[in-house]
Amino acid sequence: MIINVARKELKSMFASPMGWVILSLLMFSFGTYYLNGVNDYFAVMSGAMRPAERTGVTQFVGQMVYGFASFMVLFAVPLLSMRLISEERRSQTLPFLFSAPISLTEIVMGKFLGLVAFLSILVVFIGLMLSTLNIWADIDFGFIIANSIGLLLMIASFSALGLYFSSMTQQPVIAAILTFIALFALMFLDRFFAGDPSNMLASLSLTRHFQSFSGGLIDTGDIAYFLLFIITFLTLTVRRLDADRLRG
Amino acid sequence: MNNFTVEANELTRLYGGREAVSNVSFTLSKGQVLGFLGPNGAGKSTTMKMLTGNLAPSNGSVKICGIDMMESPKEAKALIGYLPEMRPLYKELTVDEYLTIAARLHRVSAGSIKKAVEVAKERCGLGHMSKRLIENLSNGYQQRVGIAQAIIHNPMVVILDEPTVGLDPIQIRDIRALIREVGAERSVIISTHILPEVEMVCDHVQIIDKGKLVFNGAIDVLKKHRIGNKLLVGMHNSPSTDEMLKIDGVTEAENVSAGLMRVRFAEDAAPAESIVQAAVKNGWGLYQIAPDQTSLEDVFVQLTYQEQPVAEHTAA
Repeated sequence: MIINVARKELKSMFASPMGWVILSLLMFSFGTYYLNGVNDYFAVMSGAMRPAERTGVTQFVGQMVYGFASFMVLFAVPLLSMRLISEERRSQTLPFLFSAPISLTEIVMGKFLGLVAFLSILVVFIGLMLSTLNIWADIDFGFIIANSIGLLLMIASFSALGLYFSSMTQQPVIAAILTFIALFALMFLDRFFAGDPSNMLASLSLTRHFQSFSGGLIDTGDIAYFLLFIITFLTLTVRRLDADRLRG
Repeated sequence: MNNFTVEANELTRLYGGREAVSNVSFTLSKGQVLGFLGPNGAGKSTTMKMLTGNLAPSNGSVKICGIDMMESPKEAKALIGYLPEMRPLYKELTVDEYLTIAARLHRVSAGSIKKAVEVAKERCGLGHMSKRLIENLSNGYQQRVGIAQAIIHNPMVVILDEPTVGLDPIQIRDIRALIREVGAERSVIISTHILPEVEMVCDHVQIIDKGKLVFNGAIDVLKKHRIGNKLLVGMHNSPSTDEMLKIDGVTEAENVSAGLMRVRFAEDAAPAESIVQAAVKNGWGLYQIAPDQTSLEDVFVQLTYQEQPVAEHTAA
């Protein structure tokens, strides 16, 4: 049942030009970064004489592309997640889902997975793009896998938050703006506490938890953080929809 | 086990302390079509939302084929097909895509989805619209897609909120035929403003006003209300009312206007013939005699605007 809701979401996303445009624009910008990265690598490495200054091509190009990608999804996710529930609320199509034999949790999970599945196309494409380096060099696939998992978790967390804000309003634009502001704050929370890195609030920052992935390290603590983040906002969304049914 | 398809028990819904629906109870059996009548804001749609599990009742319970909507909503919802007042259509999809999603969400098994979509399209006359975007369809066709969506999984109970709004007369006729067809083997609940429609389609009527059920009974009872035991007699040389009262069976006579008289008669009497004979004999100049029908609108107004207790009539 969750799958059926997710399939419906995917279908709607590909039925409008919005999905295609965002995918192609993002892939174009990632591709540009990738090319620049490869060019820069030769420029930088030809100047680096000592072995300590030298880094692998995977890490050099990968860090550029994944760093940029984690920043770009900050804009892409709100644009895609804003419609998920608010649009249905505005065009009054929610009763279609509510009167079908599926629970609210299944509806929310389905919508969430639909969006994540759509965005994971990007993650897969970035992974494939970086793997093409293997034609010329012997690359570190572990690094790419760790980064892909990190990016996917980040995207999923963004989507969960976006879904929640989308369930709170009838106006997709408001949902997008709120999502963007919230994500922006969470991304750069650790910058505000740069002087005091042990601060509790700083450890709430999404970027901080992405850092270990971007270095090629899969840390269960960070995975747990992302999963908790996702579960929290999905639960809040279910509760918000349940309130609709109760309060009307 | 009774064979009620819908059991609503003391449904009450509060909106900020105001009772939108209060204490509505009724049952519906297989093969019945129930018409929901009421002025705007009477609570028709609210009741329907509660029946379909879109809105939690503040009090009371709903059972679909014996399954409680609160306790096992998934099982109960699987037995319902619902078309809300605002058509829940995803306009960016084609008719086929939309109906396939509807079938899938309503647990039609993967193998029979194609067939279910075809059948629903055929029943609603959508055959040649399969590949069109819903957005580009006319209002009437969008309404048909909405109805197709509600019957695609062949539910036990079909609930349609104002199904004939925005349709042209021929489409209305088709949809009414469809409702009767579905109602023959399943249960159907429709709400409407169009009173003659109720008479044509439904065999049960409920009139709801200010959240309360003011009439609940078979359509025949409503029709009796309407036709009554009255004749309208038109004569050029009207006799006095006393003379009219002398005729067998006539219980009451009153002058409506010059040359027009309303005659009431006893339950089983048929005084029309004797009136005609008397008119010929006495030279009253009879030019018109017809049953005096109160329009359904009048009955409706009577029932909704007079404060009167719930008139419970058992089904015929």
